[in-house]
Amino acid sequence: MVTLTLDRLSAHYGRQPILSEVTTPGFEGGQIVALLGPNAAGKSTLFRRILGLLKGGGEVRISGAVTDRPMAYMPQDTGANAVLTVYESVLLARMQGRALKVQDDDLCEVDRALAELGIASLGERDIGDLSGGQRQLVGAAQALVQNPEILLLDEPTSALDLHRQIQLLSILRRLARERQMLVIAALHDLGHALRFTDQAMVLQKGRLVACGPTVEVVTPELLHRVYQVTARIEPCSKGRPQLIVEEAV
Amino acid sequence: MSTGTSAPNPERLATADDSPAGRGFYRALVVRRQLILAALTLTLFLSLCADLALGPARFGLGEVIAALLAPEAVSQQVRVILWEIRMPVALMALVVGASLSVAGAQMQTILSNPLASPFTLGISAGASFGAALALAFGVVIVPAAIDYVIPINAFIMAMLTAFAIHALSLKRGVTIETIVLLGIAMVFIFNALMALIQFFASQQAVSAVVFWTMGSLTKATWPKLWIALGVLAAALPLLARHGWALTAMRLGDAKAESLGVKPRALRLEVLVLVSLLAAIAVAFVGTIGFIGLVGPHIARLLLGEDQRFFLPGSALCGALILSIGSVLSKILIPGTIIPIGIITSLVGIPFFLFLVLNHKKASW
Repeated sequence: MVTLTLDRLSAHYGRQPILSEVTTPGFEGGQIVALLGPNAAGKSTLFRRILGLLKGGGEVRISGAVTDRPMAYMPQDTGANAVLTVYESVLLARMQGRALKVQDDDLCEVDRALAELGIASLGERDIGDLSGGQRQLVGAAQALVQNPEILLLDEPTSALDLHRQIQLLSILRRLARERQMLVIAALHDLGHALRFTDQAMVLQKGRLVACGPTVEVVTPELLHRVYQVTARIEPCSKGRPQLIVEEAV
Repeated sequence: MSTGTSAPNPERLATADDSPAGRGFYRALVVRRQLILAALTLTLFLSLCADLALGPARFGLGEVIAALLAPEAVSQQVRVILWEIRMPVALMALVVGASLSVAGAQMQTILSNPLASPFTLGISAGASFGAALALAFGVVIVPAAIDYVIPINAFIMAMLTAFAIHALSLKRGVTIETIVLLGIAMVFIFNALMALIQFFASQQAVSAVVFWTMGSLTKATWPKLWIALGVLAAALPLLARHGWALTAMRLGDAKAESLGVKPRALRLEVLVLVSLLAAIAVAFVGTIGFIGLVGPHIARLLLGEDQRFFLPGSALCGALILSIGSVLSKILIPGTIIPIGIITSLVGIPFFLFLVLNHKKASW
């Protein structure tokens, strides 16, 4: 099973430190991990540093991976408007680093990723014609089609309606379990984090201020300290922890 | 308790189906694009034949094809006119059209900008300045045979422009905005320098400069053609090798990076490669601006932006536009060959606007 460990990971933009010595225990495949933190806490930077897109100190250790390229990354959507159909754009993500010859197997994987996310009907549409939410689902399909062992998602639900947020996170949790895939998702909705994720790491100003099982990490004290809100966490009628935010301080 | 209807799977976002409809759609799309490429190639061949057939001495299509297939079978006069006089010009139209269009296509791709073309980055302006130096003041940057002095001047200035943009953007960070701004700065600098040359040059020299900037295929010769063709033939496989990465670039730098592309390195490499293509083309035939902008747009409308189709499609569209332009330049005013740059703009732009305005989807 794949395990990802971050060891004193740092990054700078110019002289400005963006990440300072982020160290985590090993996150194992089959789990879904929430990456939390307010705006500009360094969440996207941490993803880029993990992927090696950004240089810096420390080490990213991956053990137990069976493929050469175990990670796939879904960045935040920048609204690019290429004249490509959804099908082509997902196939493009599938074909990386390989010859241009498309195999039947690749097409099957594209069909599977689109079906998995329920967007097979969008296959013939140009990506420039999609809504923000649809584009986000296509982005998720582009990451999933790579059959990653570690899936990094930068705010995958930010443009989705509530219904689709719940469903996408359910799908990700199921896929994490089924494929023994490690999913790390930057989330702003702590209620979703409580409900769908196993572990959480919280960044504030580039430092890791908490890391561990989500129900232990997301506490009223942390919410006050990191997000400057007063909040309570109470079990709902089904016994799940539920976040109730009272006010900003 | 069963309600008699199957409960929807809560973990499917919409009606997901596992049927191979997507595969079928994709395969049909590929076949359609291959057919479009084949149709463009056939049209290009017909246009080439028409270009060869037309001129002060007109030939039938059959005669042209016979002369192409078996040059010995036709009279020496026909053979000389077709092979020695018209063929280099007609083929130069194809090679220059393809070069400018491919250069424009890849500039638009790497800069994510629908207005990018060899003109936008000052490459054509640099070439014009180099040519004007030779035409107005006899400045020869590299001594060469008289026939090559102007093209060499133009080529060197065009490449210097490209390298200046390259070097300055390395200093400032290879962002799209930096490259486009530097390109626009180059255009303005060379426009001012051109005005200065025209201010000081003789009336006769000014006429020569103006004629050169209009673009003309009539200066084409076999050796020039081989040089332009050689550069195009070298550049196309290099660009095709980056086909997947270039397509991924159109998803935005962040997404391309997430797929393993190095956008900045690729942008610089392709910038140099397409500058070379554009510089050679402009050096030999003068400024023909419309092709580099519009050839790629037409290819994009017809074929999308998957480089496996977009790259050859851009080359074919550019070649076709210039070849048809060459035909029109001979027949619009009988007995006069209108400079090709004027034709491509005057006839091509309305056609392009018609295509864009009538297309159901936005192409950018």
